[in-house]
Amino acid sequence: MSAIAGGGPASATPGPPVPPGSARPAGISRVIAVVGPPNSGKSTLFNRLTGLRQKVANFPGVTVEQKLGRIRLSDGTAALVVDLPGVYSLSPRSEDEQVTHDVLMGLTSEVPRPDTVLLILDSTNLARHLSLAASVLSLGLPTLVVLNMADELKTRGGDVDVAALAARLGVPVALISAASGEGWEAVLQFLGGSIAVPRPIDLPVISDIPKCHQWAARLGKEAGYSPPAPPLWTRRLDAVFLHPVAGPAIFGLVVVAVFQAIFSAAPPLMDLIDRGVAASGEWLAATLPASLFRDLLVQGVWSGVGSVLVFLPQILLLFLFLGLLEDSGYLARAALIADRTMAKVGLQGKSFIPLLSAYACAVPAVLATRTIENKRDRFATILIAPFMTCSARLPVYTLIIAAFLPERPVLGPLVGTRAAALLGLYALGFLAAVTTARLLKSSVLRSEKTPFLLEMPPYRMPTLRQVGLRLLDRAKVFLGRAGTVILGVSVALWVLAHVPPKAGHAPKIADSLVGTIGRAVAPTIEPLGFNWKIGVGLVTSLAAREVIVGTLGTIYGIEGDADAGGLQAALRRDLTPGGAVALLVFFAFAMQCMSTIAVVRRETGGWRWPALQFAYMGVLAWIGAFVANRVVTALVG
Amino acid sequence: MRRRFRYRKGSPAKDQQKEPLSLRDLRQGEEAVLEKIDLPDDVCRRLMEMGFLPGTRVVAARAAPGGDPRVFRVDGIEVALRRETAAHLLLRVPHTPNAAGAP
Repeated sequence: MSAIAGGGPASATPGPPVPPGSARPAGISRVIAVVGPPNSGKSTLFNRLTGLRQKVANFPGVTVEQKLGRIRLSDGTAALVVDLPGVYSLSPRSEDEQVTHDVLMGLTSEVPRPDTVLLILDSTNLARHLSLAASVLSLGLPTLVVLNMADELKTRGGDVDVAALAARLGVPVALISAASGEGWEAVLQFLGGSIAVPRPIDLPVISDIPKCHQWAARLGKEAGYSPPAPPLWTRRLDAVFLHPVAGPAIFGLVVVAVFQAIFSAAPPLMDLIDRGVAASGEWLAATLPASLFRDLLVQGVWSGVGSVLVFLPQILLLFLFLGLLEDSGYLARAALIADRTMAKVGLQGKSFIPLLSAYACAVPAVLATRTIENKRDRFATILIAPFMTCSARLPVYTLIIAAFLPERPVLGPLVGTRAAALLGLYALGFLAAVTTARLLKSSVLRSEKTPFLLEMPPYRMPTLRQVGLRLLDRAKVFLGRAGTVILGVSVALWVLAHVPPKAGHAPKIADSLVGTIGRAVAPTIEPLGFNWKIGVGLVTSLAAREVIVGTLGTIYGIEGDADAGGLQAALRRDLTPGGAVALLVFFAFAMQCMSTIAVVRRETGGWRWPALQFAYMGVLAWIGAFVANRVVTALVG
Repeated sequence: MRRRFRYRKGSPAKDQQKEPLSLRDLRQGEEAVLEKIDLPDDVCRRLMEMGFLPGTRVVAARAAPGGDPRVFRVDGIEVALRRETAAHLLLRVPHTPNAAGAP
């Protein structure tokens, strides 16, 4: 059986009429769309085609992610490959279907109208997936039907007559395995050769789903399709992973493992990067001639870049875990197990993993919400994620707790007062998240009775290639988008801290513009028990929470280190116990993180939600800190 | 291993004879034929696209702890549904004389 079977005469019929949509970029001979139902292996095919030459494109107004990539065809010309969202049909009902429909029809200005379609279908599920072929083929674009998961079809004892199917559909059909590369040449051969426009075939009424299914089932039968045996290993693994007792236990172990990786395996790597950035900064400072530009580069740009880079190990580790969980198929089971608990606060199972990720950093958490298809659930998850105690809060918490709370055993020798206070702050953030979720889901983001539908993919062995490409993609998104913002803000803050210059030298921080801003905000934060110095710290920590430690260090003229006794002593002199607790509460609630704001803007497609989120969290932080200050001052005196 | 659904004690359907049975009443390993979907049009379409078509056989598989949501096998795939949704996927009731409470 040949891997590719031609359908109809392969006459080099000229393509469809001049496509509307945006103009084709120069040097691009062909625009190829990858279309397929969810879980058909579309992304694997796309990754195999484009490798590292891909980028993410976002369409205005929608939050559906698009991927664009370039490939070089065998005839030497370049082609643009567009990865479209997974859809079951082309009737534009959901956002995903709308985007797929619009791109294929050439209605969007972001992507030129495709002139070639790779329709990828899961061969282990062919009878069902063929119903999408009806709507895609009726577009009249040159199409190759790619039947994926050939290896699985074979091992599970299924079969399909590729030539018969090609004859029935009137387009070439290839049976491949995108993951292992089996039969892969057929796709390249097809793309490199002349592509026939499908001759019109008798298609069923596409909008009538039962009829479409009947057509697909009959077509499968005519093409000698025998469905594979049920996935035995998936049944066996589910017997363990969805076992009433073992299931939740394994789920708990997975959660602990992810946490452990974030908090134990990542810090040494983060330390390494931190030291590398510091060392290279020192080297730069020593090498370059003394100038204002050098100071800007070293203190502004370098430390700005460093403050972003330092979180990279955590984020990559997190996405390594997420990638393995998702590609293996376990993530869907985890979502199933977590669903009931999440439903209590109005969310759903798929929100669980992003919220877990938020304990490391809200930025990857927001990116991880892409697995949630329901837009309202996704936005609610994005909006509460920054309440989870991220690792950037830790240096602030550590500094203040160490300065104000003497260490005494609380629960035996293991849990002392300081650990208890830290746990309390974690609980506070969690409580705020849960309350906010309930609030959102009962008001602005109330779901329109959209039921929770979760397809359970069979378990599969994750491939290094897939996980690696995903890691690279997440690293690029994190460094690119969040990095530019945090870099800009750190440079701006540096400039503000250095103007107006006095006699050619930088002013004292109290006299600089930052100091002026600090004093300007002082009246609004006085009720919380903060002075203007804390005000400056709050302003600079808008870039990233932990920046306040360094800023306070600079203001008090001492080394900005959370463990430094000098800074702790200075804070004890300057801050009442009420003010200290208020500061902790403020940091638990406030959204002081430019990277998160930037990512939320990107993921929600506008400023509306990040603005609302920033305001809501800010107001909550102020009220919380005010109450904390009053209560503690009344208690302690 | 697969069992046809049978009325049993404590089944919600026993008390309300007129109410058609739904996917919600299936226990693990039981199978039944779908009759209709009693949900808004767009949700109904989505379920149908996933394979929940009238006349299709559905098998109840494993569930999350507590039995909600439950995984259902339909048309070669597995889809998890919450109880509240499953209750709207109505089953073709077998007209067997031994059904409890039958006249």
